[in-house]
Amino acid sequence: MRSDRSQSAPLGIKIAAAAGLAFLHLPILLIFVYAFTTEEKSYQWPPPGLTTQWFAATWARPDVWQALGLSVQVAAISTAIALVLGTLCAAAVSQTRFFGREAISLLVILPIALPGIITGIALRSAFSLAEIPFSFWTIVLGHATFCVVVVYNNAVARFRRTSGSLIEASMDLGADGFQTFRHVILPNIGTALLAGGMLAFALSFDEVIVTTFTAGQQQTLPIWMLEELVRPRQRPVTNVVAMVVVLATLLPILAAYYLTREGDQIAGAGK
Amino acid sequence: MSVQAVTGATDVAAAILPRRGGLAGSLSDLLWRRPGLLLLLMLGPPLLWLGIVYVGSLIALLAQSFFSIDEFSGLISRELTLKTYGDLLRPANLDIIVRTVTMAAVVTLASAVIAFPIAYYAARYARGTWKALFYLGVMLPLWSSYLVKIYAWKLILAKEGILTWLFAKLHLSWLLDGWLSLPVVGGNSLSVSFTGTFIVFVYVWLPFMILPIQAALERVPGNLVEASSDLGASPGQTFRNVLFPLALPGIVAGSIFTFSLTLGDYIIPQIIGTSRLFIGQAVYAQQGTAGNIPLAAAFTVVPVVIMGFYLWGAKRMGAFDAL
Repeated sequence: MRSDRSQSAPLGIKIAAAAGLAFLHLPILLIFVYAFTTEEKSYQWPPPGLTTQWFAATWARPDVWQALGLSVQVAAISTAIALVLGTLCAAAVSQTRFFGREAISLLVILPIALPGIITGIALRSAFSLAEIPFSFWTIVLGHATFCVVVVYNNAVARFRRTSGSLIEASMDLGADGFQTFRHVILPNIGTALLAGGMLAFALSFDEVIVTTFTAGQQQTLPIWMLEELVRPRQRPVTNVVAMVVVLATLLPILAAYYLTREGDQIAGAGK
Repeated sequence: MSVQAVTGATDVAAAILPRRGGLAGSLSDLLWRRPGLLLLLMLGPPLLWLGIVYVGSLIALLAQSFFSIDEFSGLISRELTLKTYGDLLRPANLDIIVRTVTMAAVVTLASAVIAFPIAYYAARYARGTWKALFYLGVMLPLWSSYLVKIYAWKLILAKEGILTWLFAKLHLSWLLDGWLSLPVVGGNSLSVSFTGTFIVFVYVWLPFMILPIQAALERVPGNLVEASSDLGASPGQTFRNVLFPLALPGIVAGSIFTFSLTLGDYIIPQIIGTSRLFIGQAVYAQQGTAGNIPLAAAFTVVPVVIMGFYLWGAKRMGAFDAL
């Protein structure tokens, strides 16, 4: 009686929504086709022929492997730092009330709320003022700073759903603070941290704007790609790398989604 | 009587546990007795990190915008002056600012128009598996590699690319050529025109617009829309008078992202666009090849100030509740 009509959408909205989603996804799918093209001098469409030779060519490229290795190392260390800092911050903000709580959430969000170029140039000018030479660690310093927010967001959301009385019960039953953390808090927030960690890893793995300012001569994978975008030299290899990057970022995102989805769906359905 | 009193006392004593032994135990007790200390231990590391690394850098940047560069020697003089901000108002630099802000505004409008139907369908009609698919359908492009997305558009917009081919197949090449021959928005091919820059901006920031609009629309009860049409409103009237005002905080929240991200981006206009600069490119050029860090710093202050006003306005419209 309430609404027979609301079950199916008007045609116009269906078409507009479908077109919008197609607009979001088709360009990425196109990369997959280009990875197999035989054309190497231009971006010609339709591809004159299909081949898998570029996969072998990419595999044999030491510069690609080197860039990939650096990206993975930077992302792993930045994620580890972000996990510690983000969890601490989330625990403090959600478990206690204190003066300036709002300011702290703002401070954590600021590195991704402000345009990346500002974060980048700010770090660079600070390094030059302090006369710190560019190195692996300057890249990590920048990445960890904006990865904190991802971990923080995930952890705060989970802390909100975890009842504080669980912690009190654990303490009442004689566990000390460390035992409570190990046996009560950690299992509760574990999946949220895993999800936050994966997203932080994906964010760092993909970051280019801040990295251009904080890396010296070293090339992370996105920097390598940026070089190729500005001055295309090996288009087929770039095509393959782009496709691999799409696939590599897909997995952590899907995993993070499955780890955190229960709560989101309940929250959505209740409204 | 006295026996009872004694047992009572031992009960009390048993209820207060003895202190824990060992370093970990006494540390744990100490933190429990002094929650302030625990808070300090938890907040200390992240605040030190963000405070020193991030806020410290921002202040260093701001400070440099008050330095100036000696035009003859190219050396930076560390005397506080407003001269660099004066340079910002030169016509060439002012052009860059106006161009960037205009692009940000147009991109924001277009994103809102494209995002609305997707968000509306996802919030109101999609259920169960479809809802999950819609969610992933927005999250995957949001999180997939920024450079790969730009690269995809370089492929699409290239003169020999799929879009030119598609227009030719549909016998619409005259339309594309006509558009490209227009001043300002046109160019040699889509990948070196403002139109190309605009499309890529919209594409890359669109998910940031969809999510807050969807969050705002989820909170609109379906029966409000039904009540409106029961009372005789046409779909257009319902949209204007019921849906749009309720979705507005979400749109404003999304526009914070699209606007701010466009203001600060320097990679998209560098790869797909004309040789005329945007703020981000100007910052990059000034700090890199020109070595004029004070002017670069002053340029970064522009988006920060614009976003400051923008956020202030958005807060007044209640946009932060929709985030």
